[in-house]
Amino acid sequence: MFAYIIRRVAATIPVMFVVALFVFSLLYLSPGDPALIIAGDTATADDIARIRAALGLDQPFYVQFGTWLWHVVRGDLGISIFTNLPVTTLIAQRLEPTVALTLTTLVVAVSVAIPMGVAAAWKAGTWIDRLVMLFAVLGFSVPIFVVAYLLIFGFSIGLNWFPVQGYTSIRQGFLPFLRHITLPSIALGLTYAALIARITRASMLEVLSQDYIRTAQAKGLSNRQVLVGHALKNAAVPIATIIGIGVALLISGVVVTETVFAIPGLGRLTVDAILRRDYPIIQGVILLFSAAYVLVNLAVDVSYTLLDPRVRY
Amino acid sequence: MALTPADAAAQDSSKTLRFIPQADLRSLDPIWTTAYITRNHGYMVYDTLFALDKDFKPQPQMVDSWTVSQDQKTYRFTLREGLKWHDGAPVTGADCIASIQRWAKRDPLGQKMAEAVDSYAADGDKSFTITLKEPFPLLIDGLAKPSSNTPFMMPKRVADTDAFQQITDPTGSGPFKFVKEEWVPGSKAVYVKNADYVPRKEPPSFAAGGKVAKVDRVEWIYIPDAATAAAALTAGEVDWFEQPPTDLLPLMQSNPDVTVANVDPLGNSGILRFNQLQPPFNNEKMRQAVLQLVDQRDYMRAVAGDEKNWQVCPSVYACNTPLASDAGSKGLFEKTNLDKAKALIKEAGYKGEKIVVISATDQWIVHNQALVTVELLKSAGLDAELQANDWGTLITRRTSKEPVDKGGWSIFHTWIAAPDLLTPAVNFALRANGEKAWFGWASDAKIEELRDAWFKAPDPATQKKLATDIQVEAFQSVPYVPTGQFLIPTAYRKNIQGIIVAPAVFLWNVEKK
Repeated sequence: MFAYIIRRVAATIPVMFVVALFVFSLLYLSPGDPALIIAGDTATADDIARIRAALGLDQPFYVQFGTWLWHVVRGDLGISIFTNLPVTTLIAQRLEPTVALTLTTLVVAVSVAIPMGVAAAWKAGTWIDRLVMLFAVLGFSVPIFVVAYLLIFGFSIGLNWFPVQGYTSIRQGFLPFLRHITLPSIALGLTYAALIARITRASMLEVLSQDYIRTAQAKGLSNRQVLVGHALKNAAVPIATIIGIGVALLISGVVVTETVFAIPGLGRLTVDAILRRDYPIIQGVILLFSAAYVLVNLAVDVSYTLLDPRVRY
Repeated sequence: MALTPADAAAQDSSKTLRFIPQADLRSLDPIWTTAYITRNHGYMVYDTLFALDKDFKPQPQMVDSWTVSQDQKTYRFTLREGLKWHDGAPVTGADCIASIQRWAKRDPLGQKMAEAVDSYAADGDKSFTITLKEPFPLLIDGLAKPSSNTPFMMPKRVADTDAFQQITDPTGSGPFKFVKEEWVPGSKAVYVKNADYVPRKEPPSFAAGGKVAKVDRVEWIYIPDAATAAAALTAGEVDWFEQPPTDLLPLMQSNPDVTVANVDPLGNSGILRFNQLQPPFNNEKMRQAVLQLVDQRDYMRAVAGDEKNWQVCPSVYACNTPLASDAGSKGLFEKTNLDKAKALIKEAGYKGEKIVVISATDQWIVHNQALVTVELLKSAGLDAELQANDWGTLITRRTSKEPVDKGGWSIFHTWIAAPDLLTPAVNFALRANGEKAWFGWASDAKIEELRDAWFKAPDPATQKKLATDIQVEAFQSVPYVPTGQFLIPTAYRKNIQGIIVAPAVFLWNVEKK
């Protein structure tokens, strides 16, 4: 197992190299020039050329890529073109809100969706099943920003239970943190919960039709023991897979949620950087996201060994 | 966990002003970038030697007194007592010289001034001299320039930074200090009151007069989503929303705790800019045809909605400012003269060349103008096409001098704040020096000749005449078409008082009751 993990971690290096090259190439080829944005409307062609030279943007592709890569392997993700701050500093500032939002969303979504999916499968064909499926359809169909606006309107403006916007670190108190993170987690978690509920239901339905479930029931086990002790355990592998895949959904959803709720996270940092062509930030954040995604997939694969003793690497 | 002073001040919300700025503060260097948000940051932490008052007259700010030699070639300035940088060091003449020199490397008016300068010399700690090769009547006006690039004063060690590199040290001598440790680009910028600042005794008047900080702490909270920002103001989580979009104004106006007001008396001008290197707008008659088509009311309804927030402005200078007039624009801008336009198109020999209007969907003021223009052009029988991307793509594409079928463009829109349209010196859209002009590369030797003469004009009457002549010529050769002057109202909680009526946002004098 340990060797397997080491092999998988080592395999992330070529993956990230390919991602880095791909992103760098896309940025190099795409329209837009940060020097123009910096130079402003009154700049002359000479001004723009000087800014490009100062930023190293006048160098050939291979020089720019090589220079950047050389810095990356030494832990230096470069300097933001616009803020003049190290990219690592900007990422460090924004990491906690995004991690907090992602984790709370995961907790909210999983803890709501799995019981719903189990209940829907157990009571397949009944009003409970239909209600859960309605929730799943709505959760997947209604855009995150619509949910976010409705939550703000109802719970922030209407009831004044939660703030409209912003983020408070957990270091400044658990309750203030919870107040700020609750609505964003619900908005973001709805789509995720819808996806997990559907997969849980489908997976459970397949397992519940197996002979050993009938045997367990015949032996007199309670519904809870059958559902949780036997069925859910055997249905867990595809559920774990979809939770892992859903992290990609979260990454895109985080951008919208952070924008609507004004959370200073990595999602907004990325979008802002793309719009103003702040290449070092874009490259640094994409690298980080791809590393995170690879590690999440590794964690999911390792979780299979915990969920299913037959799986061994 | 003990509270930091910042936390304590933040919790004492009566002393903390929470402000939603018009954009995200990305750069701290108001010489390196012309972005208005950085200019506004500059007004928080820096001061200027001179500043314009509400009558657009330069007034001394950091300067206590100054003399001008008989031949108008030697200016000697003496600074006010008690001026200090935020690190406690006194402001000296050497600091001011370095700051002026850095500003003059980037700013067009500064560059013009620098051509006339023979030498700078620090004269003791608090005085300095500028010696000119020839008289430059606009020297004081230049040092009072209100908008980007504003000649803010910085410590010499900071001002010695190459003008094409960003400064890293935000030390200034202004009424607020920037708290760099709390800066989260894209989210929050924090300023605290500069207790050592010595304000002038006069009342505040636009950028001039006494700059008294009446709150201890200012937080710029950037909220990218306008609906969320409006909700935050409604809920009292913030105190002031600088530029709410027009469609959200009725919502805020209906809130008894919120005031919606126009505190910028001048506003901004929409701009329709031609590419004069490529057909069809390399033909003056075609540009004149478009001029005949433009009814500014259509543009302003699209951009600013309520008639209270816009006006027809038949001038290349900001209306309600000294040089504005309707010279050369009789019969224009208040209706679409379709027959005249068609006659001019015929006269121009238009052969059906495709007209590409480039636009940016993430800039509503730009995009709404583009939508109006495309319909107008089509109504005149022109082959017009809208190609919209984002702002970053637009400003890249507008550098192209190629034909439209090779990625070029015919028309783009933008908008310019009134302080940048006050005079021929600052109105960069009026420049008509061909390949060296602003994108579009307008070419008109007469405009350039009149502009050069304007810099040398010995008195305001001559300046006014020359400015008028420039306008008349501009409505002949049409380097651009002004599409109307509009205000962007601001919205703030009712307990906010002391907002200065000015074309830029100034946070001194503002207090929370």
